Amino acid sequence: MSILQLENIVSGYGSMEVLHGVSLNIEDGKIIALLGPNGAGKTTLLRTIFGVVKPTQGQVLFKGSDISGTPPEKMTKKGICYVPQEGNIFPTLTVQENLEMGAFTREDDWRLRMEEIFEFFPSLTDRRKSSAGELSGGMRQMLAIGRALMVNPEVLLLDEPSTGLAPVLVDHIFERIAALNKQGVTVLLVEQNAQALSAADKAYIIEGGENKAEGSAEELRNNEEIGRLYLGR
Amino acid sequence: MLELLIYGIVLGSIIGLGSVGLTLIWGITDLFNCAHGDQITAGAYSALLFVTLFNKMGILKGIVGPFSFSWGVLVAFIPAILISVILAILIDRWVYKPLRKAGATSITGFIASIGVAWALRGTIYIIWGADFHFYNTGLRPTIILHNIGIKFRVDEIFIVIISWLSVAVVYLFLSKTKMGKALRALADNPTLAQVSGINTERMLIWAWGIAGLLIAISGVLYGIETQLRPEMGWIFLMPLFAAVILGGQGSITGALIGGLVLGIAQQMSTAFMAPSYKPAVAFIIMILVLIVRPRGILGRRYS
Repeated sequence: MSILQLENIVSGYGSMEVLHGVSLNIEDGKIIALLGPNGAGKTTLLRTIFGVVKPTQGQVLFKGSDISGTPPEKMTKKGICYVPQEGNIFPTLTVQENLEMGAFTREDDWRLRMEEIFEFFPSLTDRRKSSAGELSGGMRQMLAIGRALMVNPEVLLLDEPSTGLAPVLVDHIFERIAALNKQGVTVLLVEQNAQALSAADKAYIIEGGENKAEGSAEELRNNEEIGRLYLGR
Repeated sequence: MLELLIYGIVLGSIIGLGSVGLTLIWGITDLFNCAHGDQITAGAYSALLFVTLFNKMGILKGIVGPFSFSWGVLVAFIPAILISVILAILIDRWVYKPLRKAGATSITGFIASIGVAWALRGTIYIIWGADFHFYNTGLRPTIILHNIGIKFRVDEIFIVIISWLSVAVVYLFLSKTKMGKALRALADNPTLAQVSGINTERMLIWAWGIAGLLIAISGVLYGIETQLRPEMGWIFLMPLFAAVILGGQGSITGALIGGLVLGIAQQMSTAFMAPSYKPAVAFIIMILVLIVRPRGILGRRYS
């Protein structure tokens, strides 16, 4: 069953059209990777799903109902969360306050959830009271994901979480994403790093705002042309 | 010198209180609000309106304890704050919100705020005229501490206490409450705040409301300390501007330190040069800070 479906999305900024009709099918409980070169429209796609950018055509279906153009504050309530690639923390707020802001739309008690997140990313625990801006790149990424997890999302949209991280940290982040997925969170993982393919159940490749290829990690890896063009082999 | 230090702390407290609202709005909306000073004037005159009304009704005319002002002034704080809060929110809704929707830059907002400043001042001229006004015309009692040779007005104790109390309340609000933290989050990273489900427009109502509150309090205190005239806030804007630059964009603690440094430096300078050079001292400090440390004492380190 698909939890999130994109049908022929046309979207962009003002008169600049970035996506010219992209379709994705994200199955419940899976990790879906979205790969593509710089400027392919990956970030715009995430922003369109999350309602930061409104599609001019096409539909975003969440559990079968059209949510295109729903503002972000309603998205978090529906159970969809988004971690942008850059500027994904509040630098002058403390680690704890960052997580608290993730729970902004929650009306119930979120403190237990915060402790769960500290257990999930133990290295953040000692830094509870530090300003987020003082954290290292890896910890920032963990905090950014932690902030999004505060509302117990069903779907997590991640924009290039491996950017600028050392290989060992990239492994760690991907391992944590897999662990989240085991807990039942559906993940849409946007990456340039082909390593994402190993973490994913299925991948889509887009380029120039259009679908290029899709398939299981296996299938894409075995495809000579795709490997050469998009996976850096 | 000790006396000048105390005068400096009094002046610094008033500047500090005035600049907190300014730096808050600057940090959250990226707007440097030139109408801030004239909103302070409006706050002071709103209180005057009620003091005059109370006097006409013959109530609350008694002087409060050892101070120079009447109970009417104390009570008038409340309507003055209400008017100032509503005025601040309305200005934002009517002037800056349409500009935001149109995607205007902060320079456009800056220029629009100069327009708001002139409109406010013009309105005050029309209603109250260009003359000086006082809340109370009686004597202004002073305290003289003979053994250390210090003389200051009793009112100034009240001014300093209320200034720091107001700032402390706002500081607690920003650091302890959900809305306060969300305001800081918005100042930090507006895009992520939106992504986290923080409704920007609703937050801005809070921001302007808090600015309006601080504006009214500093207006009335400034009115008690000196006298009311239509230009009071516009002229007062200059040291506020310097204190905010000194402290760094959006930093409340910075603005308070900036205010104190400026207040003390201005008063101390009168020991060496004519008092009319006081504003120049403020600006020399500001220019030096801009050269040495352009982001201010506690300006943001992170981009």
